[in-house]
Amino acid sequence: MNQIDLRSYLLRWSILMKNNFSVAVSLWTLTVKEVRRFLRIWVQTLVPPAVTMSLYFVIFGSLIGPRIGSMDGFDYIQYMIPGLIMLSVITNSYNNVVSSFYSVKFQKSIEELLISPMPNWTILLGFVLGGVCRGVLIGIIVFGVSLLFYPDFTVANPLLTVIVLFLTSILFSLMGFINAVFADSFDDISIIPTFILTPLIYLGGVFYSINILPETWRSISMANPMLYVVNTFREGMLGVSDVSISFSLGMIIVFILILTSSCLYLLNKGTGIRQ
Amino acid sequence: MTEFALEINNLQKVYDNNVVALKGIDLKVKKGDFYALLGPNGAGKSSTIGIIGSLVTKSDGTVSVFGNDIDKDLNKAKSLLGVVSQEINFSQFEKVLDIVVTQAGFYGIPKSIAMPKVKSILKRLSLWDKRNFQARTLSGGYKRRLMIAKAIIHEPKLLILDEPTAGVDIELRREMWSFLKEINKNGTTIILTTHYLEEAEQLCRNIGIIDQGSIVANTSMKDLLGTLNVQGFVFDLHQPLEKAPIIEGFPLKLEDPLTLVAAVNKDRSINALFSELTKLNIKIKSMRNESNRLEELFIEMVNSNEK
Repeated sequence: MNQIDLRSYLLRWSILMKNNFSVAVSLWTLTVKEVRRFLRIWVQTLVPPAVTMSLYFVIFGSLIGPRIGSMDGFDYIQYMIPGLIMLSVITNSYNNVVSSFYSVKFQKSIEELLISPMPNWTILLGFVLGGVCRGVLIGIIVFGVSLLFYPDFTVANPLLTVIVLFLTSILFSLMGFINAVFADSFDDISIIPTFILTPLIYLGGVFYSINILPETWRSISMANPMLYVVNTFREGMLGVSDVSISFSLGMIIVFILILTSSCLYLLNKGTGIRQ
Repeated sequence: MTEFALEINNLQKVYDNNVVALKGIDLKVKKGDFYALLGPNGAGKSSTIGIIGSLVTKSDGTVSVFGNDIDKDLNKAKSLLGVVSQEINFSQFEKVLDIVVTQAGFYGIPKSIAMPKVKSILKRLSLWDKRNFQARTLSGGYKRRLMIAKAIIHEPKLLILDEPTAGVDIELRREMWSFLKEINKNGTTIILTTHYLEEAEQLCRNIGIIDQGSIVANTSMKDLLGTLNVQGFVFDLHQPLEKAPIIEGFPLKLEDPLTLVAAVNKDRSINALFSELTKLNIKIKSMRNESNRLEELFIEMVNSNEK
């Protein structure tokens, strides 16, 4: 390699490093902004799940739970813990991204991002990381609350538990992003969580094993994607599941890839954000 | 190396509702220029700015910022561009300092490097004392300043301002003019859209007039104003008059007993008017140009385009 080639190589390398550094800074800035947003309104974002889940543990765990008996060989309150953590993680990851991205559209501060040289994938990743941070933090808070009611809880497979926690947050953050892209009003960002997401989660085995359902309902339940998410997490926390773990993990990853591609396509096309 | 900060060729925009906003405009703005883009409401000014800033998708044509085609090198073009939008576009719930630091971060400038620059800009725009205020608590004028601070934090080489002084008081407007003149003097090319034609006349060297999606004039301010056949002069008088004097070739009207307005044709000498006024024993205390010259031309051009 002669001197000119070396110089040209070093110049290209320094430009590449500079660009990568700029992209890393912009991603960090957006992620911090997103985290700062939900921490600033912690009374609306962090406290409600802790209060609601405490009520679930009191009513369904401590009061009604002993009358139900065991589920898959576990105390009912113990069986409920993974389901309730997932319920909180899913709704909070989704809500964080859908409300934040719709708000920046509504307030027109999306223009700050669109005018800047941030690549679209960075914009998507910044919002998703914001959703993941909230989802994971809520998961930890709800787990902490559950320990108040069931101090002897031990996690069966910590690695699987953490992996599913992160994958679930990513998956539902991406869903929230797509919802926000198409939303034209505040009604549009609450319709899907209220009428689709929550019923599917409740019917996805948060409170029960599908093995207690009649054959027809069990078959219908198998078509509910939330069942796979909740049961994979339960496998991590308790070591029991109604579904195949490798299939569930595979499907979660496939859906993450499909939704990521869809989000990037929508961003590149400018759907809902560019006239 | 191109000599133009902005080159637009055959730019077209048709919105989804089939509204044709731009009918193939061509525009070139030289480096270092202070350029006014004028036009009535709905003429296509904001669509043009939106396309340059990639907030609006173009239907056809090309746009280059300092030679960087937005279709081929969008991020490079964006890094050279700062845009002050017509509407407030920052999160109203964040603090002033956070808004500007975050904007720097979006351009890849870490907080530690951005802070000295942020401090100097906020101080220059009298926002430093309000840096810890939530943006929603600022008055309209301060929100406008914040929009400008945000747009120049990455030191863009081309700054586009879409009606930056709309709705601000005269004092603040003059302050903004002084600030814009300063950054233009330091090498930033500025494109300004405004409804205050006096503003364009005071600040800009070159001007484009856009109407119904087409450019109807693109020239220097001096040449454009030179096309006026009649120029208005306002005389402040020493002694009041009861009615306007009649002088052949110089239509005069009395605005009030101490203010006389004269319309002087380009081919007549103003000395002749002074001689005639002296003969009539009318003493002039001071004289100034009528400031609505650009307005007359603007109305004339837009009207002729509509016919």
